[in-house]
Amino acid sequence: MFEAFRTIVSRDLLLAMRRRSDVLTTLFFFVIVVSLFPLGIGPELDTLRLIAPGVFWVAALLASMLALEKLFFVDYQDGALEQMLLAPQPLSILVLGKVLAHWLVTGLPLVLLSPLLGLQYDLPGDTIITMMITLLVGTPALSLIGAIGAALTLGLRGGGVLVSLLVLPLYIPVLIFGAGAVEAEASGLGGAGHLSMLGAILLLSILAAPLATSAALRISAE
Amino acid sequence: MLEVHNLQCTRGDRRLFSGVGFRLSDGELLHLYGHNGSGKTTLLRTLCGLVAPTEGEVRWNGEPIRQQRDEYAAELLYLGHKNGLKDDLTGIENLLVACRMAGDSVKENQAWDVLERMGLRGHEDLPARVLSQGQQKRVALARLLLSNASLWILDEPFVGLDVAAVAFLEKVVADHVAGGGLVVLTTHQEVALTSGKVKKLRLGWKEDGHV
Repeated sequence: MFEAFRTIVSRDLLLAMRRRSDVLTTLFFFVIVVSLFPLGIGPELDTLRLIAPGVFWVAALLASMLALEKLFFVDYQDGALEQMLLAPQPLSILVLGKVLAHWLVTGLPLVLLSPLLGLQYDLPGDTIITMMITLLVGTPALSLIGAIGAALTLGLRGGGVLVSLLVLPLYIPVLIFGAGAVEAEASGLGGAGHLSMLGAILLLSILAAPLATSAALRISAE
Repeated sequence: MLEVHNLQCTRGDRRLFSGVGFRLSDGELLHLYGHNGSGKTTLLRTLCGLVAPTEGEVRWNGEPIRQQRDEYAAELLYLGHKNGLKDDLTGIENLLVACRMAGDSVKENQAWDVLERMGLRGHEDLPARVLSQGQQKRVALARLLLSNASLWILDEPFVGLDVAAVAFLEKVVADHVAGGGLVVLTTHQEVALTSGKVKKLRLGWKEDGHV
């Protein structure tokens, strides 16, 4: 079981390395969206500091959304998904592996790049650190929840739009607690409560999302 | 032993086939044929458990496959229309990934040997996207030589292969059947078997009398 998990993670990472443009699209999207706000709003440092958590989180949400479409689609097209469905390991393990690889190439770079972007918003050091922690906990949850939507809309025409409609409402709790933690920390209230909620969401989605995604994949592949 | 009882499949309002039943024991091959659109591929996918039948059931060793998905999957090797190859991976990488996902532990030198036997010498290291259709098919079929599965379900395995590869594949299939394995395949050509028993099933003898 672990062997299959490792195989699928390393396969997807290798594929991402061979086709870097797909990975970079998400990252550039995030960078550009986040950078546009200071340009549009102007150099009002107080305003920028105030909106930074919201902007970062909404941008992360949209970037994660953008990357979802590719998650299962290529496997579906070339038949690799059928082989996944017929593998003797539980499908949810393979799904978890795919989502992990997906997050490593589309979610983790955002987390690592966020301090640099935080400078544009004149964020103090500890706020930046809180921001990184919330993104680190929150973006895997986004990938896991998004996988359900990606699996449900697999093979449908106009699936991309449908994914947004399905998944964005489910992202709202992550957005609220993610951005909330940063704001609370910045205002001196302490973001521990929000962070705990974010952690709870992540744990719940690790447990439930792969099962739901597997069920959706079996239906979509029929 | 693979048993199929009164299988029926509908797609939308259209009934593809109904009342399909057969029993396949160890060392037997089922040759499935019928006109285009008669539901051969759907039947194969139903046998794998990828498609749920509207009626009837598929049993493996006496138990419905739905109730023993993982055990059945370990005994099953399915190769469909789509090869399941990743364009950006080389032949070797594709073969290794496919085998490991199916639970077969395969060493890298074994994979090299097998691809050479499949006639892909010198092409093992090329990404699948630059291989020809027939070569891609050969990479996919190479799994047959490394698999421990006893039931092979092959959808049009001979399509796109040259004469030598067809002969080689026939031999591989015959060896598997001779060794007590089960094979279900669709093809439009005759399958030469040296041993074992060949059963035939024709789909598409519909009520309207058309072939």
